[in-house]
Parts: sequence; structure tokens; C-alpha cells
Amino acid sequence: MKCLIIDDDATARLIVRQLCEGFDSITIVEEFSNAIDAMKFLNADSSVDAIFLDIHMPSFSGFDFIQTLKSPPKIILTTSDRNFALDAFEYDCVVDYLVKPITKERFDKAIGKLKNFKMPNQQDTSKANADSESTDELYVNVDRRLVKISFSDINIIEAKGDYIKIKTNDKSHIVHSTLKKIEDKLPNETFLKVHRSYIINLSKIIDIEDNSVLIKQDIIPVSRSNRSELMKRLNLL
Amino acid sequence: MDIPNLNYIKELSGGDKQFEKKVLTILIEEFPMELDRFVDNYKKMDYKKSAEDVHKLKHKISILGLVNGYHVAVAFENELKLESNSLYGSFMEVMDQIKLFLKKVNPS
Repeated sequence: MKCLIIDDDATARLIVRQLCEGFDSITIVEEFSNAIDAMKFLNADSSVDAIFLDIHMPSFSGFDFIQTLKSPPKIILTTSDRNFALDAFEYDCVVDYLVKPITKERFDKAIGKLKNFKMPNQQDTSKANADSESTDELYVNVDRRLVKISFSDINIIEAKGDYIKIKTNDKSHIVHSTLKKIEDKLPNETFLKVHRSYIINLSKIIDIEDNSVLIKQDIIPVSRSNRSELMKRLNLL
Repeated sequence: MDIPNLNYIKELSGGDKQFEKKVLTILIEEFPMELDRFVDNYKKMDYKKSAEDVHKLKHKISILGLVNGYHVAVAFENELKLESNSLYGSFMEVMDQIKLFLKKVNPS
């Protein structure tokens, strides 16, 4: 996910950048101390997925900034003011509202929301896709054959350099692809990236111990930054 | 009265000394400038700008773990927006605390 940081406070930008370090899926492509420069950047590069945006900035506030964007990306607001929360959620693109000083725990939660957040136009698109495509399986290229794999059969996907290894109950497929590419094809509610090298099928977990999960006979590491998201996704007693 | 500390910075750093150094360097560099700007605007009785300066300083107060100091700053900022200044003395006490702390702290 390509992200920007916009905040007039250098310390605040540094802190958000540090908090993002824990997430492999987040890349900070640029940071700005004012909204005007960020707008120029966005006009030239429309591939930004999300923005960490300060509300209170001199001359041009975070809300002014959102209003000037034709199709704003997902926004996580960062602010020292609790008073704007209600205003913030009037914008469809606002995913979360973080009050400074931002704690790691709260930030992790916001990233979890960001990953699952669907913009109104994306919701329409995904619905249209769901109508026209089957969402229960995917085809992978194995030795020049397109092999169908049902999502429900997949246990683990492991990154192996330029390849990924898709492990099902009875087979393993080595495919020339990346975790990122396959992650985008998998249903969010069933699969979770728990480590930079592993995506797991949550329904296949046998048990969880400290920083690892057991799936069939495989012990899969869970990175510290993904653990809270994993715990959130479990039906805990 | 609470005491300035680096707990929040260390918690975020997870042992990343480079990050700790960068944050402290910015704090040491920016804090006196932001405080001077506030004092200038306050002396000119420009309460609107003073409130904006306090808003910016507020984040640094919270980073240094001053919970009560942060509440003083929030109240003072709101007060300044209403052209009032009864909390000036309390706010400056917090500023003095931070000034002293940043003089002692060594970013390396």
C-alpha cells in the first residue's frame, strides 16, 4: 500500500513513519509538511492508496485538503484535537481518527481498519466483480498448466524468493508470483498475512502459541506487528 | 507535577536508537524556536496565533509524557481562543520543565 504522510510537525511525521515500519504492506512514498505540496504530488501521481493526514495545519487544514481532492485515497486523520472526530467521519474516505500522541496499539488497529476499508466506489466495483466472477477459487500457472485451486483447500502460502509455495491439504504448488499479488486475490475474511513470508488460511489454524501458529504439521511464525490483527480475527472465548 | 520522560519515545522505538536520536534531535532543535514564536505572539497579544503556537507545542508536551502539562496546554489553547490568559503562568512552568529537560538530555 503506497502511503503519504502530511503533517506540519516534523516529530509527528517521524513518529508515523516509525509506526509504519512494523508493516511490510505499507510503503511511505513521500512526506509533506504542508497540504499544497502534497496536492501537487497527488496531481502527478495518482497511485497513492492512503494518506496519514494532520488536521490542524497553518493556512490549509486537513479537511480543506480532502475537499480539494476529486477522488481522495483512504485517509487516516492524525490530530491533537479530539473535537473534530464527528466532522471527520462525514467524509467517506476517512478510515480512522488518531489522537496524538499515537500509541502503537492504536496505530496497529488503524492499519487493520485501513486494510479492510472499502471506499464507496470500491464496494460497487467489488460487488460487480463478484457478480461476474467466481470468488471461490483461483487459477495458478504450474508448469505451463493453469491449475484450479479452491480457496478452501489452501492452508498456507509461503514466499520463496521470486516464487510462492501454495500448500493445500494434499499438495504443494510452486508458482512464479509474489505474496502481494496472491494476497490481493484472496478473500480478506479468510486469509491473513501473519509474517512477511506467510499468508495463512485462518480456518485451518489448529493452535496458536506465543509468536507462531500451527497449521497441519507446519509451524508458521507470526510477526509482532501482525499478531494483534490475528488475535482480532479469532473468535476468542 | 509530572516529570518529562522518554517512555513514549522508547516504547515506539522498540530499541531503534537511530529513531530515538532523530526524535530528540528534532525536539531539541524545534522546541526553543516554537516557544520563542509563542512568546513573541503572546507579547504582541496576538492570542489567535498564540493559540496555534500552543497547539503545536502541545504535541511535544505529550511526547515527553507530561500528562498534566498536556491538560494545561489544552486548557490554555482553548482559553487563548477566547482571548483569555489566566493559565499563562502554569503553561510557562511546563515550558520551563521541558527546556531544562532538553538541555540535559543527550540524543546520542
